[in-house]
Amino acid sequence: MTKLTLLSALLLASTAAAFPAASADLRIGLQDDADVLDPAQSRTFVGRIVYTAMCDKLVDISQEMKIIPQLATEWNWSDDGKTLTMKLREGVKFHDDTSFNAEAVVATIERNMTLPESRRKSELSSVEKVEASGEYEVKFTLKSPDVTLLAQLSDRAGMIVSPKAAEELGANFGSHPVCAGPFKFVERVQQDRIVLEKFQDYWNADEVFLDKVIYLPIPDTTVRLANLRSGDLDIAERISASDAESVKSDPNLTYADVIGPGYMAMYVNVGNGARAENPLGQDKRLRQAFSLAIDREAINQIVFEGTAKAGNQPFPPTSPWFNQNLPVQARDIEKAKELMKEAGHETLDVELQHANNTTQTQMMQVIQSMVAEAGFNVTLKATEFATLLSEQTAGNYQLSRSDWSGRIDPDGNIHQFITCKGGINDVKYCDPDVDKLLNDARASTDDAVRKEKYDAATVILNDDMPIIYLGHQPYAYAIDKGVKGFAPSPDGMIRLVGVKDAD
Amino acid sequence: MAVYIGKRLLVALPTLIIISIFVFSLQKLLPGDPVLAMAGEERDPATLEFLREKYRLNDPVVMQYFYWLGGVVTGDFGISLRTNQPVLELIGDKLPVTIQLAVMAMIFALGIGIPMGILAAVWKNSPIDYLANLVALSGLSVPNFWLGIMLILLVSVNLGWLPASGYESIFVNPVRSIETMIMPAFVLGTALAAQLMRHTRSSMLGVMSADYIRTARAKGLSPWEVVMSHTFRNALLPIVTMAALLFGELLAGAVLTEQIFTIPGFGKLIVDAVFTRDYAVVQGVVLCTAIGFILMNLIADLLYVLLNPRLRATI
Repeated sequence: MTKLTLLSALLLASTAAAFPAASADLRIGLQDDADVLDPAQSRTFVGRIVYTAMCDKLVDISQEMKIIPQLATEWNWSDDGKTLTMKLREGVKFHDDTSFNAEAVVATIERNMTLPESRRKSELSSVEKVEASGEYEVKFTLKSPDVTLLAQLSDRAGMIVSPKAAEELGANFGSHPVCAGPFKFVERVQQDRIVLEKFQDYWNADEVFLDKVIYLPIPDTTVRLANLRSGDLDIAERISASDAESVKSDPNLTYADVIGPGYMAMYVNVGNGARAENPLGQDKRLRQAFSLAIDREAINQIVFEGTAKAGNQPFPPTSPWFNQNLPVQARDIEKAKELMKEAGHETLDVELQHANNTTQTQMMQVIQSMVAEAGFNVTLKATEFATLLSEQTAGNYQLSRSDWSGRIDPDGNIHQFITCKGGINDVKYCDPDVDKLLNDARASTDDAVRKEKYDAATVILNDDMPIIYLGHQPYAYAIDKGVKGFAPSPDGMIRLVGVKDAD
Repeated sequence: MAVYIGKRLLVALPTLIIISIFVFSLQKLLPGDPVLAMAGEERDPATLEFLREKYRLNDPVVMQYFYWLGGVVTGDFGISLRTNQPVLELIGDKLPVTIQLAVMAMIFALGIGIPMGILAAVWKNSPIDYLANLVALSGLSVPNFWLGIMLILLVSVNLGWLPASGYESIFVNPVRSIETMIMPAFVLGTALAAQLMRHTRSSMLGVMSADYIRTARAKGLSPWEVVMSHTFRNALLPIVTMAALLFGELLAGAVLTEQIFTIPGFGKLIVDAVFTRDYAVVQGVVLCTAIGFILMNLIADLLYVLLNPRLRATI
């Protein structure tokens, strides 16, 4: 009898634990674990997702990818584009109860610019100095006009941290981050979970309906989805394209996706060391032929189940910066063959390196067989990611496939890849005309002028083709039906203000 | 006894040093730059250089090794490049998780493997033997990741009995902790159970044909007594070695199983570390695992002595 009672008690206990009691807790399944939780030092995408709930920024991004107020309520540029003045929100508190003001902004920006471990230096490289011009007003003085600064301040470089905590913890700030966002840090278990709870003194606390947010890194997409189905998660981010259909047909789940600001591309080594000395690297007609032989929409359908978007520029067709005069071209094998012949080749051997995961491999195999029809003999070289990265930087490749997660300002998707001295110009493309257009676009605060410059640059790049753009990936989510008010943001962040969990 | 243990541990030192040199050089042979891998999309040259200096990646490889070794001797295993945490702290976080998983998997393995092996040997060539062999073969040939995902779908998604993945410390919430670990431990345990079963069976069969077993039978002992106190005890020696080695393997982290069930143990730690070229973490974990292996071997040898009185004279 005692044994039986014990057994049933155990059973009861285990069922109770398996079905946690209802409360406004939101559990989010992330694809990876975040790195160090210090906005000045971190670099992972999932880290930014966590900050979205924890750290408010000077400015935020709207659903239309426009810059909107957050901690700064309004701002204006000086006529010469070298001074940015921002008015700050009053009555804001950090999680440690210190007050938010211009001094805190100055301290954070200076920390981002000077902390030896800071990864924000290049993002803020145009800033000469930042100073408090009032208790709730800051003034950025720039070395040269740089309109992209606003977009930088809409991300980690603009996340204002508690000056007191930053002073105390220094480079170790990530062990207990203190910001001014809707949720405050509770605990983190490496590779297991990050727990945040509602910050009662948040400036917009009335719009925050969740008591607790728990981020769980679950790298396997199948398992992430299984966790959602079993009720262990409320939101699963970046579900794979092959699961989209099954999520849509599940009555307990909602599917949501949005095209991100990034791109998928193939980088052609046109000038990075000895390996650029090959027909594909030297003759743009061959690159054009390669591009023409690819059916981008078919790739979208086969590899991404139609969830991605075919593309041919650094900006997705959904972006206002997309050059409408250069629509995504259809596949044209005849034209490709013609160009090959013009360049003096019947066939051409190409080595293509790519990351060794399933989606990439599948995508590259599809491309391999598509371009074969135009006469390209592509050898695929599956490479582990860290190696791919260093090979690409070192110029030890002919054709390399990699992604860019994208930036809100168009400059972030193009300038550093293509300008002669660009930090990530791994193809070592260099054209003074393109440099001038992109530098001018960076300096102007007038969007119409900028658009003109980018349009002109994309025309040149579409002809020279040092980077063959393939398309744009979506951010796809599977969400439990009980979650209300969640909308996917085009930057892939999970914004939780306004989100309710009815479960 | 103490002298014996002391001697064994002393002999282990060179082994550990050789292992650490081996792992260190292998890592350096890997292409890929840790600082670049870590920088991801933000590659500011000044910051990259600062990090290379900070983690002494610009020094000659030999110097890097001695610098690391010097740290280890004084209890400093270095700092993780990826998370900025001290490696020893990371190991301290993960070790209990891995030990819990290993112990629970071992319970499954021993609980299934040994009785099955005994039954299969006693009723050799009978349906019981065939059934045990079938189970063992399936245990060996079904891949862990497949079994894991199937179990999650069945037990968590369809039946809702156990959490699909995750981890809870046994000191914080023991019930939840065991619940989250049952499936991964079972998945790991079944594969090991199969190996143990095969070993137990063949070892038992070897002993069963010995003269002293015939004598025991002739003395009129019950079949149960013959099997348990005469056959099994003598057959146990190779099984103990096997089990100890298997346990050592479990301590190295069950990479796939931990990945599927999202258990923050050694396996996940070392895989992430290798991919991001987090040298200090890889070194620390490998060293820790090697120590685990050496200890398990020592325990196996001591168990030998306990089981076989004839060996006591050698110590």
